[in-house]
Amino acid sequence: IHFVLLISRQGKVRLTKWYSPYSQKERTKVIRELSGLILTRGPKLCNFVEWSGLKVVYKRYASLYFCMCINQDDNELEVLEIIHHFVEILDRYFGSVCELDLIFNFHKAYYILDELLIAGELQESSKKTVARLIAAQDSLVEAAKEQASSISNMIAQATK
Amino acid sequence: MALSGMRGLSVFISDIRNCPNKEQERLRVDKELGNVRTRFKNEKGLTHYEKKKYVWKMLYIYMLGYDVDFGHMEAVSLISAPKYPEKQVGYIVTACLLNENHDFLRLAINAIRNDVIGRNETFQCLALTLVGNIGGREFAESLAPDVQKLLISSSCRPLVRKKAALCLLRLYRKNPDVVIVDGWSDRMAQLLDERDLGVLTSSMSLLVALVANNHNAYWICLPKCVKILERLSRNNDVPQEYTYYGIPSPWLQVKTMRALQYFPTIEDPNTRRSLFEVLQRILMGTDVVKNVNKNNASHAVLFEALALVMHLDAEKEMMSQCVALLGKFIAVREPNIRYLGLENMTRMLMVSDVQDIIKRHQAQIITSLKDPDISIRRRALDLLYGMCDVSNAKDIVEELLQYLSTADFTMREELSLKAAILAEKFAPDLSWYVDVILQLIDKAGDFVSDDIWFRVVQIVTNNEDLQPYAAVKAREYLDKPAIHETMVKVSAYILGEYSHLLAKRPGCNPQEIFSIIHEKLPTVSNSTIAILLSTYAKILMHTQPPDPQLQNQIWAIFHKYESCIDAEIQQRAVEYFTLSRKGAASVDIMAEMPKFPERQSALLKKAEDTEADTAEQSAIKLRAQQQTSNALVVTDQHPANGYPPVSQLGLVKVPSISTVDRNSEDQGVTQANGTLSVVDPQPLEPSVDVLGDLLGPLRIDGPPGAAAQSDHNLISGPEGATYVEETLALAPVGDQTNNVQPIGSIAERFQDLCLKDSGVLYEDPYIQIGIKAEWRAHHGLLLLFLGNKNTAPLVSVQALILPPSHLKIELSLVPETIPPRAQVQCPLEIINLGPSRDVAVLDFSYKFGTDVVNVKLRLPAVLNKFLQPISVSAEEFFPQWRSLSGPPLKLQDVVRGVRPMSLAEMANLFTIFPLTVSPGLDPNANNLVVSTTFYSERTRAMLCLVRIETDPADRTQLRMTVASGDPTLTFELKEFLKEQLVSIPTISQRPATAPPQVQPTTSPTALSDPGAMLAGLLH
Repeated sequence: IHFVLLISRQGKVRLTKWYSPYSQKERTKVIRELSGLILTRGPKLCNFVEWSGLKVVYKRYASLYFCMCINQDDNELEVLEIIHHFVEILDRYFGSVCELDLIFNFHKAYYILDELLIAGELQESSKKTVARLIAAQDSLVEAAKEQASSISNMIAQATK
Repeated sequence: MALSGMRGLSVFISDIRNCPNKEQERLRVDKELGNVRTRFKNEKGLTHYEKKKYVWKMLYIYMLGYDVDFGHMEAVSLISAPKYPEKQVGYIVTACLLNENHDFLRLAINAIRNDVIGRNETFQCLALTLVGNIGGREFAESLAPDVQKLLISSSCRPLVRKKAALCLLRLYRKNPDVVIVDGWSDRMAQLLDERDLGVLTSSMSLLVALVANNHNAYWICLPKCVKILERLSRNNDVPQEYTYYGIPSPWLQVKTMRALQYFPTIEDPNTRRSLFEVLQRILMGTDVVKNVNKNNASHAVLFEALALVMHLDAEKEMMSQCVALLGKFIAVREPNIRYLGLENMTRMLMVSDVQDIIKRHQAQIITSLKDPDISIRRRALDLLYGMCDVSNAKDIVEELLQYLSTADFTMREELSLKAAILAEKFAPDLSWYVDVILQLIDKAGDFVSDDIWFRVVQIVTNNEDLQPYAAVKAREYLDKPAIHETMVKVSAYILGEYSHLLAKRPGCNPQEIFSIIHEKLPTVSNSTIAILLSTYAKILMHTQPPDPQLQNQIWAIFHKYESCIDAEIQQRAVEYFTLSRKGAASVDIMAEMPKFPERQSALLKKAEDTEADTAEQSAIKLRAQQQTSNALVVTDQHPANGYPPVSQLGLVKVPSISTVDRNSEDQGVTQANGTLSVVDPQPLEPSVDVLGDLLGPLRIDGPPGAAAQSDHNLISGPEGATYVEETLALAPVGDQTNNVQPIGSIAERFQDLCLKDSGVLYEDPYIQIGIKAEWRAHHGLLLLFLGNKNTAPLVSVQALILPPSHLKIELSLVPETIPPRAQVQCPLEIINLGPSRDVAVLDFSYKFGTDVVNVKLRLPAVLNKFLQPISVSAEEFFPQWRSLSGPPLKLQDVVRGVRPMSLAEMANLFTIFPLTVSPGLDPNANNLVVSTTFYSERTRAMLCLVRIETDPADRTQLRMTVASGDPTLTFELKEFLKEQLVSIPTISQRPATAPPQVQPTTSPTALSDPGAMLAGLLH
């Protein structure tokens, strides 16, 4: 997988992750080209678009398009199900995920994606495992925060 | 809590969302960027929390598509923060903002490495993820060993190891030369025994990358892969959480089958049988079900299984089963399956024997050409293009033509190109081909590239029978009210050449033809006007006796364009005007175009170019490319290049190469009679510049006879000859597909090796051929070292010796494949039968990827290799010298054009050959007396004596006397020494290129009057 894109129906970018080196300029160009290509496709068409020697596998969930770019001869259906797998994990994490969840918690989406894919290859195919790892990360952050606040409380009290 | 977090960030995001338009949004973003920038400036006051918040904001802004050109440093610096929350943000944001080429990443390498080798496994995970996602060369250099250690460490938990596997995969894929995987096959095999499916999935991805590069090292993994497949397909022992809609990890199944496709074959019958059982089960057991995801997952596995079956060249029965399955798929409602059915059917075309079964589905495929989905239409077009052959070309091409008028604009160019290629390749008769191309231009003129009409003109020109038909057709199209400019070009060109063949038909007399073409002139562009002018000139010439009215009309037009601003048009107008006034003299110049040399269609080249892309190499793609190149070979015939067939070479002495080539050169000149563009300095290179060839001849600047004559002079003159031969010697022969250029000059390497016994004979990016030789009397042992410079094998290696008649050469078996980075030795035994300066040639070829390389290399088994120095005393020398009294045993020659060197240098040169210089034998200090022994089977050891007389006043000439007991030897040795003494570049060339007719019997003419010559030499 060369990159992952989440684009809303209005063409707003919700998440981008690049596994192949694209410069800032190229990234903008890719996003522009692909939005034009994918958002205009009607329903009931196949989930694959051929684009500049590569292939984009996409799927629409409500108002969001999930796109992943692969080589010509990669297995398209496999990637299509990676998309679905990702969505299911998001769903489980947020509890019936919607676009707003992903807008305000885009950083969470990045965490989850990092547990799912590395180097553009599937890392973990068990939803349970991913969920467990994300929960562990969250608790680490929480713990640090509590610790921090207790320290700042102590400082606050000490300096009273 | 999941939705906890940073209020500031949420507020900012809401603000952005509330912006009514793009400008407001930009204002808000600019404000925020300004804010973040000032906060970052006095970093002291920033808490980690704030830093984190701002970095997130930056990422958000970046994601919206704004340039964020600062703050990278802050993101990177968070990586070395001690606490998890900051570190995590640092890693994620860095990985999103930067790519592997950013300099900032270098700053972080140390911090990242500390995390990788540290004990904190959550930190390890973060670091491995970042490196896996954006790691570049420097990371590979400093981190690869650590990552490898983590992957195989038994103390690491699966969550670290699976990340390590993919991280390593990335580093290896990007820099296979830096990551050392030698001896990793055992480790890989161990990893495949892994119980944790997460780790196994990641490891399998790694294996795919490793075997893609070099499958040879990983044979031991093959049975393990088959075991994994068995386990999964039987759903043995697969934890619930790893089944996806009831299918045991479809991703792992797909990856495993992908890995298997990189092994060329499976030899072990048991493994093969178990694998086929699994595949059979997948092929038969996959049903279409209601649940989309289950369907997709099971078909992902199914299509991968199909690919594997194709790769393994299964029995015909299984193959036809696959085709039947695909035939079912291309007719289903579900668009994804239809798409994939067509795509895989195209791949299936590469398997022999199933084409016929595929053809049965032609009707369905043509229906798919009208599918609402462009992705599917493209697949259908590709498939039709691939499956087209003589039997169905008419149907398919006509279908494509019909589709052309309704096709999307984005597809039309490709479509017309493909139709044109198919029409040419499989035309049952050429008139049909002309029909198709003209229709093509008529229907989609804008999308018909110039190459297409150039090609039809070439073919019409080369087929006399076709010319009247083409002219009639062109005339018909001109009657249409509005025609495309390309059509004007083609019809004008064709009618200019051949309209006189129609003269008897109604509406086709010169005046009428002229008027109907001239009608179009006001609407066309300059490039077309230029063609029209040529057409007029031709019409004028063909009208005999001249029609004064037509003449005046056309002259008026020429006159008008004499002041045209376009230089090309102006030149044509002026020249045609002048020429056409010359009356009969212009007939020759304006005669019909000669035939074009047969050449590969430029269209096929173009199609091939668009097909080749630069993506990662894969088994399927490699096969696909081989397939296309095969197709090309079938269609291209180019006798014009005039390579002598190899068999002929085997019989004839090598020097004849140059003769044959020169003949073909002459042919070229005659063929292209009447044109000026004949001088093609590299006759061996097929010309791609169609335009140049087609239009070039129209520009006539002088009488054709003279032009051809000057070509002859150029070629037959001494300079020309060496030049032509030089290109021959340097250009690897058979270069139709040679994209591979030799490193260094082949000629220079050969020349060096004539004087040395070891060195490099040939080198290119893929291979190096070294040589080491030993000579003993008339025997020689030559070792060829064939070294593969790559990490992939060289295949189809072939070495053939083309020996001259005086050498007996035996080459031991050359292996067909040279493994990666390996060197193969091939001994070569040589027996010298008699004296001759002819050279043996090694005809060497191999294949690397799709490049077929063929080179013909001269072997340094030259005359001087069979010489051994011998010193003779005065008492031995003089009786011998006197007893060999004159021709043909003793020959004398005056050599001019000697490269200037002192006597000592010359003596040195002789010693290298090796000849023995005997000082003091000749009383004159300006003379040299030299002796040597020559060995061959016929002459045995034979003493040769040489005397060189130089003129101190003029170092560029000398007189040489050679004597031996054998007339051929005397002559050959004399010629050999002469070659060595005249200037360097010719030395290396001569042995291979001397014309064969120079034989001892004809040569002594040069010395008919030695006395006079001596007088001239010594004044």
